[in-house]
Amino acid sequence: MPERNIAQTVVQVGEDGYMTQPSEWTREIAIALAEESGIGELTQSHWDVIEYLQQYFKENQKLPTIRSLKKTKVVPTKEFYQLFPEGPLKKATKIAGLPKPASCV
Amino acid sequence: MKQLIIVGAGTAGTMMANKLVREMNPKEWTISIIDKHKTHYYQPGFLFIPFGTYSEKDVIKKKTQFLPKGINFIQQGIHEIDGESNTITLEDGTKKSYDILIIATGSVIVPEETEGLKGEGWHRDIFDFYTVEGATALRERLKAWKGGKLLVHMTEMPIKCPVSPLEFAFLADSFFKDTGIREKVEITYATPLSGAFTKANCSLVLGHLLKDKGIDLVPDFDIEMVNDESKYIQSYDDKKIDFDLMVTVPTNMGDEVIERSELGDELRFIPTHPNTLQGKKYDNMFILGDATDLPSSKAGSVAHFQAEVLTENIMLYVRDLELKPDFDGHANCFIESGAGKAFLIDFNYDLEPVEGDFPLPGIGPFSLLKETRMNHLGKLAFRWIYWNILLKGRPMPGISTQMSLRGKKIGHDRRKEHA
Repeated sequence: MPERNIAQTVVQVGEDGYMTQPSEWTREIAIALAEESGIGELTQSHWDVIEYLQQYFKENQKLPTIRSLKKTKVVPTKEFYQLFPEGPLKKATKIAGLPKPASCV
Repeated sequence: MKQLIIVGAGTAGTMMANKLVREMNPKEWTISIIDKHKTHYYQPGFLFIPFGTYSEKDVIKKKTQFLPKGINFIQQGIHEIDGESNTITLEDGTKKSYDILIIATGSVIVPEETEGLKGEGWHRDIFDFYTVEGATALRERLKAWKGGKLLVHMTEMPIKCPVSPLEFAFLADSFFKDTGIREKVEITYATPLSGAFTKANCSLVLGHLLKDKGIDLVPDFDIEMVNDESKYIQSYDDKKIDFDLMVTVPTNMGDEVIERSELGDELRFIPTHPNTLQGKKYDNMFILGDATDLPSSKAGSVAHFQAEVLTENIMLYVRDLELKPDFDGHANCFIESGAGKAFLIDFNYDLEPVEGDFPLPGIGPFSLLKETRMNHLGKLAFRWIYWNILLKGRPMPGISTQMSLRGKKIGHDRRKEHA
């Protein structure tokens, strides 16, 4: 499994640089990954989404879909796209140290 | 007598009825199948209706024609399935108890899920081809169309037959060439996926084909709304695409009865064990075809492979034996690419489509992930196979339930060539 150094921490990464061990994730890593992916500074709204995704993943062992997020109060879909432009779920899960969302067939 | 009930007499349910009637002991088991509709549609044929290749009569037959003797066909809608008491309540209030339930309620399009999609413009400038009504209305519109901006669009995954909107774009390109107005038509293909298709290997090949045919690909387009007056669609991140004629695959969802019975996820698809096809909530509930939440294709070929595995598992279940985890996500799909040619892809949960010969190494006659005339003839021949072999639950000659590696060029990854 390849490793990489993010924010002075060595973490394991898989496909397209997504972290494979959620336990290795830190807030510093999220800040570095957000910078790297062009999102810049993380606001409270960003953190709310990140924490929700992590919580959901912990409870369900899978990622939510954009559709299922619509039904929650975490973030309105429109704002989700503004917070994480160009593929919000892909970007948000990467920053949250979660797997890449699968595009099912 | 013990009761086995199949809910839904579409492709998957009909195949299960035909298989189980041969396997189960008629002295012990009554097999019933419930469906409110009389008509069986050959759904892969809908794609050809807008272009006049097939008409309604080519895709419609009576359901009872394909249901075996010895089973009980109940033509009624279902109000609710109660997994706790093992009871189904029919629309007229009658209750039916079951020992084993097989759910094959399929999926439907729900254009209401997208703002503005099912408004004044629906079946006027905006069409689906997933219903016989949509496909025939589109045929009439295409006959009279003088050209302009054609937008081919897919709303969100999963959909029944993920290649179908691409096939529509390819066939439209051919159709306008044949009718002599291709240069007057701008074709755009908009998709929420990051490329032409879900599987990377295949996406590259099909992406090139779009380019070759002069079709503009707009990836990562997550639709927020349709404006049917000014005729444009808009994404959540405020991208806009104008159209004169829009052909869309709306959101696909499971049947409404699944929601009423609280058996599904947010798209009304039922959580299912990916390899045994047993329901995750109730042990005596099995699910196959489009009704599952599995990451396999929603396609007739998948239902066929699932039916083989599920029949065996039902027989194990009645003898109280351990189920076999034999469904591998196998799918086998022809992709019409226009001008009398087609691709063929064969893949499963783990292995992406690769090149090779199918089903016989070195012989074919079909070529995987390549565009050939023979593949197109295969797609056309498939209609006969569907009515005469597939629905009757007979094995497909030369094609195994689990994906075979024979004739496949494994490890040949096109992404690496292009990297």
